[in-house]
Amino acid sequence: MIVGVLGLQGAVREHVASLSRLGIESRVVKTTDGLDGLDGLILPGGESTAISLLASDGFMSRLRTMASSGFPMFGTCAGMILLATGIEGRQSGHIGRIDITVSRNASGRQVDSFETFLDIEDIGNDVPAVFIRAPYITRYGPTVRPMASYKGQCVMAREASILVASFHPELTDDTRIHEYFVGMVRDNEI
Amino acid sequence: MDKKGTYRVKSGLAEMLKGGVIMDVTTAEQAKIAEAAGAVAVMALERVPADIRAQGGVARMADPTKVKEIMDAVTIPVMAKVRIGHFVEAQVLESLGVDYIDESEVLTPADPDYHINKWGFTIPFICGARNLGEACRRLAEGAAMIRTKGEPGTGNVIEAVRHMRMMNEQIREVIAAPEEELMTMAKDLGAPYQMLLAIREHGRLPIVNFAAGGIATPADAALMMQLGCDGIFVGSGIFKSGDPATRARAIVEATTHFNDAAKIASVSEGLGEAMSGIAIDTIPEHEMMQNRGQ
Repeated sequence: MIVGVLGLQGAVREHVASLSRLGIESRVVKTTDGLDGLDGLILPGGESTAISLLASDGFMSRLRTMASSGFPMFGTCAGMILLATGIEGRQSGHIGRIDITVSRNASGRQVDSFETFLDIEDIGNDVPAVFIRAPYITRYGPTVRPMASYKGQCVMAREASILVASFHPELTDDTRIHEYFVGMVRDNEI
Repeated sequence: MDKKGTYRVKSGLAEMLKGGVIMDVTTAEQAKIAEAAGAVAVMALERVPADIRAQGGVARMADPTKVKEIMDAVTIPVMAKVRIGHFVEAQVLESLGVDYIDESEVLTPADPDYHINKWGFTIPFICGARNLGEACRRLAEGAAMIRTKGEPGTGNVIEAVRHMRMMNEQIREVIAAPEEELMTMAKDLGAPYQMLLAIREHGRLPIVNFAAGGIATPADAALMMQLGCDGIFVGSGIFKSGDPATRARAIVEATTHFNDAAKIASVSEGLGEAMSGIAIDTIPEHEMMQNRGQ
């Protein structure tokens, strides 16, 4: 199994380290060619505007096609924004393959960034979560399963092969969320 | 149970900026150009370093009106500079809600001896460094991100290269040294012993390190990335050039694809005039910004 990490910008090496702790081989992907032969893809945190500008049209459309065909993807923070169908204040989504609307920087500016512990369905309790200028999920469609909330706001969700989180599991030593995603990739292979 | 302003939250934002370009801007309009070009953050300033250097006088924190205008204009993080040691300017910026404070040698230092105690703030700080000793001292004071000092406002990359190579060399020495030599190394570098232990444990500087000071072209940015920086600051290089929007975008592309020479070539075509630049040996010693706040 090889899990790709979108490497245009952001917390790339942290996701690589989390996967490596689980004994999973990974590859940093910057261009369309790099997507060949992958079994799953993580879209890391970073600045979503910058990442979306850096991804060429061909790269984005390939990601859309892959996501539509059931290829497992996991987006954290900016990665969640890239995968959402709706972004408040914008006409359209970027990859747009999970039926949620997100509000960018909903947790506020950096002075309001925080860390906490979350109880996450299917994953476990007291999972450490770091929120950095984090987006929240303000709407989710009927086929989307909310998995965790913070003060009444949905902060983690799954629809079929797409998993998203507002926060950064890759900034902690807890690998339960990555383990869950690796399980999704494994299920998809069978 | 929620904790704000922890070191993980502070350094976490720096981790998110990796592989990106942070641009100096002096107006809301420039901030929008930077955001549209793919900047990961902007640095709100009253004057870019090249103008500070040319005009002289005391350079201070920007007017809060200016900082707020820029914060309102973009959704990417906004950084702003304070004078070295001027903790009240830092308190002011924290109250405005900027995302990162640069305790910067570009402004005129406010304290001849001491930097700000950055542990006392919720907001994270970045500081400049010319070598590993300076970097470790700033981290021990609570900085959550480091950048090379370079020589700001010159459009001349040589000092940033010098500082990055120096840091790389000293990190290699710390990692390779037998344990009994470490304390003497700490003494010689002027670096806290615990910081050297952290470097050995991580196999690198345990914090994000950007390049800054004199970067003016896409090739300059890629050069610094290939030397091992985590990202790029461009100060005067963009808005002192002939075509800022195009140059900004080109530097962003070159920073992402820093190992792809063909890509760097294609984004470097027809960029118009770069900032004219200054040879370092024509700058009098007392005007060298990098010597401030060691």
